[in-house]
Amino acid sequence: MQRYDVTFQLTSPTAKFTAMERVGMVILGLGLLTWVVALWGIGIDQPALMFWGGLAAIATSAFIYFQRYLNRPAGINNDGVWLNSAMAGVKGLVGWTLGIVFTGFYIILYWQDAWLANFVTIFEPLSQLLRNQPADKWFMYGTLYTLAVLIMGVRMLYKYRHNKYQILRTISVMFFQLGFAFLIPSLLVMFNQPEFYFSYFWPLKYDYLWPSSIDWLTGSGKLGVFMVFWGGLMFFLATPILTFFYGKRWYCSWVCGCGGLAETLGDPFRHLSDNSVKAWKYERYIIHGVVVFVVVTTALLWTNSATSGAVLGQASASFSKWYGFLIGLIFAGVVGTGFYPIFGNRVWCRFGCPMAATLGMLQKWFSRFRITTNGGQCISCGNCSTYCEMGIDVRWYAQRGQNIVRSSCVGCGVCAAVCPRGVLKLENGPREHRYNGPVLIHNDRVSVVLDDDWQAETKGMMPVHQEDIPVLTDSDWKGMG
Amino acid sequence: MSKNVVIIGNGIAGVTAARYIRKWSDFNITIISAETKHFFSRTALMYIYMGHMRYQDTKPYEDHFWEKNRIDLIHDRVTGIDAAGKSLSLEQGNAINYDVLIIATGSKSRFFGWPGQDLKGVQGLYGIPDLEAMETYTKDINRAVVVGGGLIGIEMVEMLHSRNIPVTFLVRETNYFEHLFPLEESQIINQEIRDHHVDLQLQTELKEALGDNDGRVRAIVSSKDEEIPCQFLGLTTGVAPNIGIVEASDVETNRGVLVDEFLQTNMPDVYAIGDCAEFREDGIGYRRIDQLWYTGRHQGKTVARTICGVQQRYNPPLFFNSAKFFSIEYQTYGTISAKPEEGIETLLWISDRKKELIRINYRKDNQQVVGFNLLGIRFRHALCEKWLLEKRTIDYVLTHLAEANFDPEFYKKYEPELVATYNRQNPDNPVQMAPKKGVLANIFG
Repeated sequence: MQRYDVTFQLTSPTAKFTAMERVGMVILGLGLLTWVVALWGIGIDQPALMFWGGLAAIATSAFIYFQRYLNRPAGINNDGVWLNSAMAGVKGLVGWTLGIVFTGFYIILYWQDAWLANFVTIFEPLSQLLRNQPADKWFMYGTLYTLAVLIMGVRMLYKYRHNKYQILRTISVMFFQLGFAFLIPSLLVMFNQPEFYFSYFWPLKYDYLWPSSIDWLTGSGKLGVFMVFWGGLMFFLATPILTFFYGKRWYCSWVCGCGGLAETLGDPFRHLSDNSVKAWKYERYIIHGVVVFVVVTTALLWTNSATSGAVLGQASASFSKWYGFLIGLIFAGVVGTGFYPIFGNRVWCRFGCPMAATLGMLQKWFSRFRITTNGGQCISCGNCSTYCEMGIDVRWYAQRGQNIVRSSCVGCGVCAAVCPRGVLKLENGPREHRYNGPVLIHNDRVSVVLDDDWQAETKGMMPVHQEDIPVLTDSDWKGMG
Repeated sequence: MSKNVVIIGNGIAGVTAARYIRKWSDFNITIISAETKHFFSRTALMYIYMGHMRYQDTKPYEDHFWEKNRIDLIHDRVTGIDAAGKSLSLEQGNAINYDVLIIATGSKSRFFGWPGQDLKGVQGLYGIPDLEAMETYTKDINRAVVVGGGLIGIEMVEMLHSRNIPVTFLVRETNYFEHLFPLEESQIINQEIRDHHVDLQLQTELKEALGDNDGRVRAIVSSKDEEIPCQFLGLTTGVAPNIGIVEASDVETNRGVLVDEFLQTNMPDVYAIGDCAEFREDGIGYRRIDQLWYTGRHQGKTVARTICGVQQRYNPPLFFNSAKFFSIEYQTYGTISAKPEEGIETLLWISDRKKELIRINYRKDNQQVVGFNLLGIRFRHALCEKWLLEKRTIDYVLTHLAEANFDPEFYKKYEPELVATYNRQNPDNPVQMAPKKGVLANIFG
C-alpha cells in the first residue's frame, strides 16, 4: 500500500449531442456568420434582414440547446461543470477563447470602433424604430447586452425551473434590463429627452451626481428636473430603506444591469470566483479604494463648480477623466465582463463596483438581511462556497452554524439552491441575534452540558483561539473554527 | 505540561477532535493520514466525479489553516500501534511517540465474498482511491451495475448517471431504503430513481460477477439468474470499521475498536472515535457503531474535552440526519421507524406531484410528537428539536408549523394542506394554524 497523491485527472464525459442539438449548432454557426460578415460590409444594404436573421438564428439555436434542461427532471444540475472546457476557468481552452473574445470586443468597442462601423449599420432599423435616430456603437452595445440578458435569462429560467426564488429574480433582472436600461432610454431619445437610466444611480452611474450632469438634466426641462430628483431620491432614500429591509440583493441581483448580465450570461462561470481568504483581502482594499476614488472625484467636481474653477480647475477634470477611464471603462467593461470565463461572473461587482460597496456597508451594519444556517445539518461538502459568485466561503459559516452576514453577498440565493442538505436560507428578520456566534446545534450538546465546573477546570489552560467571536471582523479572524 | 496528541485519520471525527483540542489546550497535535494530506469532505466525493467540484473545493479549510493552528499533518500510513510503548510505526517516516492516541480510521467498504468481487472494475465507494479507480474503470463503458440499496449506492448511481452511463441498480429489498424508510418514502424515491432512467431492479441480489480474459468484469449474474453485461460493478452493500492496524495491536477490537462511554479503549490514553469505534454497551440514543458525519463530529468534540482534562461522557444529540436522492432532499428529526409501531400515530401528507412528503409521528396516548420525516421540504432543525425535547403535542406543532419551514422564499407552503389532512382525520379536535403575520407585520414586526 502507498500514500495516495491527489493529482488524479478527471476526464470529461463524452459529450453526447442529440441530432437536434447538432442542427442547433449549425444554425448558431450561420447566425454568428451572418453578423460577422457584416463587419466587412457584406449584406449591410439589407440591414433588417441581417440583424433579424442573425438574431433569429442565434436565439433559435440557444433555445434548442436549452432543451437539455427541460429534457431532464427539474433540480440542480451542475453535472460536468468543472469538466467542461468552456467552464473550467484557467484550465479550459474554450474558456480562454471566450475570455479573449469578450475582452477583445470591449477593447475594439472602446478604442477601435472604426472596425465596427459596418456592423453598427445593421442595427439601424431597430434604432430608427425605437429612437428615431441613427444607430451608434453604444446602441449596438446596449442591444447586444440586452439580448444576452434575455437569451441567457431564459437558460436560467429553464435551469432553475424548480426554484421560485430564482425564477422571480431572473424575470426581474430581465424586466429591468429590457425596460429600464433599454426601451425607456431609447424612447426618451425618440422624444428628444435626456437619455436617462432610471435603474442606475450614483455611485455606479458615477456622473449622475456630477455638476455637469445635473446642469445638463435641469437645463433640459421638467423631465430632466424629475430625473435629478429621482436620482437623489433613489440614492439617499430608497437605497438605505430597501437595503435595510432586504439587503443589497434588492438591487444587485434583482434590478442592476451589471448584476443582470452576471446572473444570466455569467451564470455558467459563477464557480470560478476565488473564495480564498487572500482574494477576500484584495477585494476589501480594491472595492473600498474605488469608493474613495468616486467620492473624492465627486467632491472635487463640486468644489470646483462652487468656486467656478478657481480652486481645483484642472485637478478635478483630470480626476473625473481618470475615473471614467480606469473604473468606468477598464474595470467595469474589459476586466469585469471580459474575464467572466476566467475569474468568474462577478469580478466587477465584487472588486470594483462602488454601488455594491455602499450597499454592502449598509447590508453589513444596517440591515435585516442574513443567510441563516440550519442547525447541525451541514456536511461541509463545499457546494455553497464553490457556487458563490461573490467568492464568499459560505461553508466556513455553515459548518459552524453561524449566520452569514457579509457585505459582499448579493443574495442571489444559489448557495441555498445547491446545498444538498437544506442548510441555507436567505432571510429578512429582526436584527437581534443577527450576528450570532457559532451555534452548531448539538455539536454543542457538549456545551449545553458544559457547566461551571468546566469553566473552572479549564481556567488553568490556555485557550489558544477563541471561537466565540460574535461579529466577523475584517482581518485575520478566519483562523479557527 | 504539553502532551503529544496523535490522531490517526483526518476525517471529520479526527479533525474535529484536533480542532477542539487546539481550542482548549496547548498540546502538540499531529494528524496522520495515508489517504490525503489535508482534510476533505468525504460526503462530497460524489461531486468531484460528477464535475460539480474539484478536489480542492471539498477541503473545508484552506491549507494554511493547519500551520496557523499548529496542527501537524503527516501524509503517511501507520503500520503498527505499540500501545504499551506508546509509539506508532509508519510506512515511510520514523516511528512516532505519543502521550495520547486517538484512533479515527473510519470505515472501509464491506463485501460479502461474491464470486468475481476481485475482478478489475469491481469496487466500493469510500475514499479517494475508490474515486480514482472509478475514474479509470468507467471510461467509455456501455453499462454499469450498482448493488446495494443504501445511501452510497444511490450516490454511485447518480455519479454514473451524470456521465451518461446507463445503470442497473440492484436492490435486495422490496423498495429502496426500506429498512430505514416507511413505505411511502421508499416509493417516492423508487419513482425518483426511475424518473432518471435508471434501471432499478428491486428484490434482486448479486449472485456473481463474470470476468473477461483480462480479469475485468464483463457481466454480472443476478439472483434472478439474469446475466447483465456491464464493464463496471459498484458494490455498495455497507461499510465496516477500518481497523486492520488496530487488530494487530493490544487495543481490543470486535467489529470496531471497543470503547466505553468516554470513547476510551482498553489501553491507557488510547481513544477511538467515529466510524471505527464500537461501544461496548448500548447507550441511550446511540447505536454501538454509528457511521454518520454528525456522530463523528460529535464524538470528536466529546473526546477532545476528555483529553483536555474534563471527563466527558458521550451524550449524542437527539437524532437527526439528512441526505439527497437525485433531486429530492431528505431531512429527519427524532424517531421515525420504518415499520408502523404500536401506540404511534402517523400524520402523513404527500404532494400531488409525489415529490414532497411530510410525516409527523406522535404518540396515541398523550399526543406527543416523536419524529419528523421530510422529503423535498426543509424544516428548521433547531425548532424541530426544541419541540421534540419539550415533548410538544401534535396540536401544538401543527399550530406553529409555519415557523418550522426553512424552504427558500416564494416556495409553495404546504402546511395548510397538512393541517387540513389532520383535521379530516380528527374532525372532533381540529387544529387551527397560528395566524400568519400580515405584510406590514412582516416588514415592521
